[in-house]
Amino acid sequence: MTGERILEVRDLVKQFDVTRGVLLRRETRAVRAVDGVSFDVIRGEAFGIVGETGSGKTTIARLVARLLDPTAGTIAFEGRDVTALRGSKLRPFRREVQMVFQDPYSSLNPRKTIGSIIGEPLAVHSLEKGERRRPAVQALMEQVGLDPEHYNRLPHEFSGGQRQRVGIARALALRPKLVIADEPVSALDVSIQAQVLNLLRDLRRDLGLTLVFIAHDLSVVRHMCDRIAVMHEGRLVETAGADELFADPRAPYTKRLMAAVPRIPA
Amino acid sequence: MTGAVDFLHEAAEDAGPTGGGLDLGVRSPFQLFWRRLRTDRVALVAAGFIVFLVLVAVFAPQVVDLAGARPPNAPSKRYFTLGKVGVPSPTGPSSKNLFGVDPLGRDLFSRVVYGLRISLEIALLATGLSVLIGLVVGLFAGYYRGWVDTALSRLVDILLAFPVLLLALGIASACSLGNGCVGGLIKPGLSVVVAVIALINWTFIARIVRGQVLSVREREFVEAARSIGASNLRIMFREILPNLVAPLIVYTTLIIPQNILLEAALSYLGVGVRPPDPSLGKMLADATDVFDTAWWYMAFPGAALLLMVLAFNLLGDGLQDALNPRSARPR
Repeated sequence: MTGERILEVRDLVKQFDVTRGVLLRRETRAVRAVDGVSFDVIRGEAFGIVGETGSGKTTIARLVARLLDPTAGTIAFEGRDVTALRGSKLRPFRREVQMVFQDPYSSLNPRKTIGSIIGEPLAVHSLEKGERRRPAVQALMEQVGLDPEHYNRLPHEFSGGQRQRVGIARALALRPKLVIADEPVSALDVSIQAQVLNLLRDLRRDLGLTLVFIAHDLSVVRHMCDRIAVMHEGRLVETAGADELFADPRAPYTKRLMAAVPRIPA
Repeated sequence: MTGAVDFLHEAAEDAGPTGGGLDLGVRSPFQLFWRRLRTDRVALVAAGFIVFLVLVAVFAPQVVDLAGARPPNAPSKRYFTLGKVGVPSPTGPSSKNLFGVDPLGRDLFSRVVYGLRISLEIALLATGLSVLIGLVVGLFAGYYRGWVDTALSRLVDILLAFPVLLLALGIASACSLGNGCVGGLIKPGLSVVVAVIALINWTFIARIVRGQVLSVREREFVEAARSIGASNLRIMFREILPNLVAPLIVYTTLIIPQNILLEAALSYLGVGVRPPDPSLGKMLADATDVFDTAWWYMAFPGAALLLMVLAFNLLGDGLQDALNPRSARPR
C-alpha cells in the first residue's frame, strides 16, 4: 500500500437510534450499522467494499459522502478533517467527492429533464452559467455514452442502463477527485451491468479518478477494484489487494463469503 | 403486454445511445393521467361546464347585455304586481327578466350572473391562498420532520378542532367592523371573506402536502441533490415541489367547491359579501322570506350554486381517479 492517501477513515461508528414519541422521546433500542471501521483510500486506486445485505456498506458510503453524520470517528479528505463540516461549509467538499447511487429509477427526479438533472450540480455551484451550460452538459452526456440530442427528455424515456449513465454524468459534472459508487449496477439487468462497469472503469482511467466501489457481488468487485475490504455486521473483517484476497482469503468470513458464490459445475 | 414492451425498450436502448425512448410508446405519468381522464365522460362534462361558468363570470357585463337584462344593482318599481293582500310582489320569469326580479325589483338573471362572478372570484382567491399557505407549511413539516413537523401538525390539529363556521363567523364579524383587523391588512368586504376561508382551508392542503413530502423525500434523488450540495430550500422547491403538482391540482379542485359553499354560508349568515353586491348565499337568505310568493328568487340562485359545486366535485373526483386508478370507485 503505497502512494498518497486521499481518504482516511478512522474508527467510524454510525448508530441509528430507534426512538418513539416526540415530546417524551424514549430510546427503545439502537442499531450499530457501522461499528468502528478504519480504512485508507490511495489517490487513483479503486477501493472495493463488499459484504452481504445489511452489513453496513451503504451506510459507509453515505457517511463518507457526508450524507449522514457519524456517531463517532473521523473522516479526512486530502488530509482535512471533514467530519464536523455541515451545511454550506460542506460545499467545497461536495465539489471534490461525488456519489453514484444504487437505484437509477429513484435517483433521478422524474419531473426534470436529463439535461437539467446533469446540469444541476453546475447550477448549484454556479458553474458554466447561461449559454455555456448546455454544451457543457452535452459534453458530459457524450462522455458517458448518451446521445446529446436527448437533452430535453425525461428519465422515464430511458432504460435502467441509460439512467445509470445519467447518474454517472451527474456525478462527474463537478469534476470530482473521488467518486463513491454505491452498488451502481445491482439494480440493472445482468446484460447491461458489464457495459456500465466498463464505462466506470474507462472513466476512472481517463479522468484519473479515485473510486470507492461498493457491491455485494464478489465478481463485480474483483473486476473493478485494486484493493478490497470485506464487511460483516458493521465491521471490516479483512482488507487486501484484489488478487491476494481471492488467492488467499484470511478471515473466516471471507472464506465463507467466497464459498457462497454459486458456481455452475463444468 | 407492458412487460414485453419494457423489455424491448430496454434491449433496444442499450444496444446504442441512439435508440429513442418515445418511439416505443413509453408514456410519462402525465400522459397516462390524461389518457385516463379523457375516457371519463362525467369529468369532461363537468370540466366543460366549469369552463362555461368561468366564461360567464369573466364576461358578466356582456352576458347581461346580451340577455337584455339591467345591471345587477338597478332597482325598479315597474316590475311589481300587487299580491293577494295588496302587498307589492316581485314578478316571475318573463322574456324581459329571464329569472324574474327580486323584492327590490332588481333583475335576478343579472344578479345570479354577477353572484357567480363574485363566488368564483372569492373561491379562487381563497383557494389560491390556502394552497400557498398549505404548500409551504406542508413542505416544511414533511421535509424537516422532528419538532418543526410536531409544531406545525399540532397547529393544524388545533385549527381543525374549531367548529369551522363559528370560527369563521367570529373572525368575519370581528374584521367587518371599522378599519378591519390585523392592523388594517384585512379590510371589511371581500378580503375578509377570502382571508377567513383561506385561514380555515389551508390545513387540508397542508396535511396532504406533508404526507406526500414524507414519501417523496425518501426517494434517492433527494439524497442525490444533497450530495451535489443543494440547499434545503432548493431541494424543497426545485426537487420535491414538482413531484407534488398532480396531487395539488386534484385537491385544489376538490376544495374550490368547499370554498364556494363556505362563502355562500358566510353570506347567508350576513358576514360575507356586503350588500348591494350580489351573492348567491345572500340571495338564498333573502329568498326564504318571500318563498311563498317568489319561488324563483330561491330557485335560480340555488340551482346556480348547486350546479357549480356539483361540477367542481365531479371534476375533482374524476381527476382523483385518473391520478390514482387503483383507488377508483367501482362503477
